[in-house]
Amino acid sequence: MNLEMEEKSIKQQIAPILKKYKRERKNMIPILQDVQDKLQYLPMEAMVEVAGFFDITPSAVYGVVTFYNQFRMIPPGKHPVKVCLGTACHMKSGELISEAWERELGIKVGEVTEDRQFDLERVACVGCCAMAPVAVVDEAVHGQVTPTRIRGIVDAIKREDKHGLSQDKE
Amino acid sequence: MDFPKIKSEAVADWERFRNNQKTHILVGTATCGRAAGAIDVLDTLMQKIEQRGIDAEIAQVGCMGHCYAEPLVIISKPGSPAIIYGYVTTGMASVLVDNCLLKDDPCLEFALGALEENELIPTIYDMPRFEYENRLILRNCGDIDPQNINHYIVNGGYAALESIFKMTQEDVIDQIKKSGLRGRGGGGFSTGQKWEITKNAGGKSTYVICNADEGDPGAFMDRAVLESDPHSVIEGMIIAAYAVGAAQGYVYVRAEYPLAVETVQHAIDQAKDMGFLGQSIMGSKFNFEIEVFRGSGAFVCGEETALIASIEGKRGMPHNRPPYPATEGLFGMPTVVNNVKTFATVPLIIENGADWFSAIGTESSKGTAVFALAGKVVNTGLVEVPMGTTLRNVINDVGGGVPHHKKFKAVQIGGPSGGCLPESALDLPVDFDSLKEAGAIFGSGGMVVLDEDNCMVEAARYFLDFTQKESCGKCTMCRLGTKHMLDMLQEIVNGNGKMEYLELLTDLAEDIEEGSLCALGKTAPNPVLTTLRYFHDEYEAHIIEKRCPALQCKNLIAYYILPDKCERSCDACVGVCTAEAIFSGKKRIKVVDQDKCVKCDTCVAACPPEYNAIIRMSPASSVPETEKRPEKAKK
Repeated sequence: MNLEMEEKSIKQQIAPILKKYKRERKNMIPILQDVQDKLQYLPMEAMVEVAGFFDITPSAVYGVVTFYNQFRMIPPGKHPVKVCLGTACHMKSGELISEAWERELGIKVGEVTEDRQFDLERVACVGCCAMAPVAVVDEAVHGQVTPTRIRGIVDAIKREDKHGLSQDKE
Repeated sequence: MDFPKIKSEAVADWERFRNNQKTHILVGTATCGRAAGAIDVLDTLMQKIEQRGIDAEIAQVGCMGHCYAEPLVIISKPGSPAIIYGYVTTGMASVLVDNCLLKDDPCLEFALGALEENELIPTIYDMPRFEYENRLILRNCGDIDPQNINHYIVNGGYAALESIFKMTQEDVIDQIKKSGLRGRGGGGFSTGQKWEITKNAGGKSTYVICNADEGDPGAFMDRAVLESDPHSVIEGMIIAAYAVGAAQGYVYVRAEYPLAVETVQHAIDQAKDMGFLGQSIMGSKFNFEIEVFRGSGAFVCGEETALIASIEGKRGMPHNRPPYPATEGLFGMPTVVNNVKTFATVPLIIENGADWFSAIGTESSKGTAVFALAGKVVNTGLVEVPMGTTLRNVINDVGGGVPHHKKFKAVQIGGPSGGCLPESALDLPVDFDSLKEAGAIFGSGGMVVLDEDNCMVEAARYFLDFTQKESCGKCTMCRLGTKHMLDMLQEIVNGNGKMEYLELLTDLAEDIEEGSLCALGKTAPNPVLTTLRYFHDEYEAHIIEKRCPALQCKNLIAYYILPDKCERSCDACVGVCTAEAIFSGKKRIKVVDQDKCVKCDTCVAACPPEYNAIIRMSPASSVPETEKRPEKAKK
């Protein structure tokens, strides 16, 4: 897909979202949330589009997007990994877990692996403090993670992808 | 609207649910339960029951507060007491169906306790925690189906709302004022007074906002209430709206709580269908609508002015107060902003009277406090105790104390900008004012227990790291001051600290408190100040001796295998080492290659407890000279 086509496709995907909302500034964040739900991230073209909708400068939209942790401007990996570093997880060695993920995936927090299969993020509290330390891979919450368990989790996902097997959850 | 009719229908629905001759099963499926596998347990139960052809009703309820024992299942069979089972796995679920439902074996080996008096086993109310607990805000959590409005109505819901239409707005505000209710979001401002100011501000339109932007890591009570008993919050909001004359309300929930968003939205729709929301509520002339707004993950948006900016579609930056939102809030109009727990308390006060409420708690802080217990404590979960209960009671009696025979070191109260209080402060009765005096804040009610393995300097660094990242950048002192403090703390935990840093930290902390607009900046230095006050010796050990007394700071420790304790024929540590840093030396005694070790702690956990041969030592230089890895062992 060339750049022009990509831009067009982004526009096409956003148009129905914009149609749902009134041109009131208070709808800005809900719109950005919807766009991100659809595209998985907020590319520059999308921000320009939203700015046009509200008739404000793209930099104003950029300002809002960069302010909130929820919004991301690079496409995520196929399997997002979120390592919880909330207070409870931190006190139960969450830092060690986060470093172990970095070693296993070969990327730093905030990066995406070269093959776009995994990305690594640290989050402050997913609300399962009783099961600390916690990591969320895709939608699955893994509680009481140890550095040695990480390779197993990653291998299971890779194998699943390769063989197209839908492995049973434990 | 015919409230008595709605009520009798609700009772009929409840009877079907609870008191008929059918077996019924409740599964706790709030986020904490789900994380522990409650959905799998629920699926197993449903499948098995269908397979076996058992006539039983399964319902999902919210959070029961016993997060440590999730997933939780309650089974009540006609003729036998309702029993609550903890730590349920899918395997146990199958056993429960076969033995408990099909036969008459109540599987007491899985039981936590019964829910009613009986001759078989003690009830859970006999546990020590129930002596201290008084569940007002969490009154329905875990008992009712949050998706079913009837369950709320049967338990006294919307009765308070019905009664306020016989009262004037002033009467309602007076009741709340007289009750002494203070904002549960941490600020502790009188709720009644806030409403009065808002009402008298006389704007063209007035708004009510429920602040559910629970950003504090380690606090999850607002999520639990919204997921388990959403109608209590909605009813509280409607009452507030009536009192101040608002027509539009917002629930500002974190987008990180998808289940809470969904549950609240569902509850709003139901309330609308029943006529508790919308036009001419319950047949009165009063109109009120509620919208859910998903917050986008900015900690500072828990601050009311930042929250309002966020709803307006702007960057969530706080502005100077006054003007307070009560006079100039959302879209410049008078706005009531209250916490989830404050709204959940309001219907109880209207129903039971101000005097009933003010009899609970202490002189200056009325009612109950909800804490989210986490960290190094046996019974993690939600705890609701009357204001004035001591920290010792909460941690040791309700929470079950520190596990694994470790020693209690400190408790961190009030989220990342709260303070760390030591053992000597444990007899402090908890209320808004006493905590402030000790250097902590009430905050969100997060309570994280730290034991002897936690380094207090590192803890302070962690909390500051959080607030520093979440600083919105508006005030110079908060933006740059916290950064400088963080840099100094980082150097101290790395072993490069200097003694003059300690004075500089205190100085900067005071300046940041003075030079910041909102509570984030004003309270950010709290963890540093309290640890400096109560754990000064740990700072000194880091700086002077390059030693971390808790053996936690990575740059100051090293791993060492005690040669006379190593079993030699065991390879547990070699196999698990993530960095291949452990090798078999002479006589097969295992040795750590200090150059390769990444200090991931895995080997310590892997070394069988009967040997306990691997230890951490601090300062790192105290490790005895070990043999070098033989050249030929390398590939």
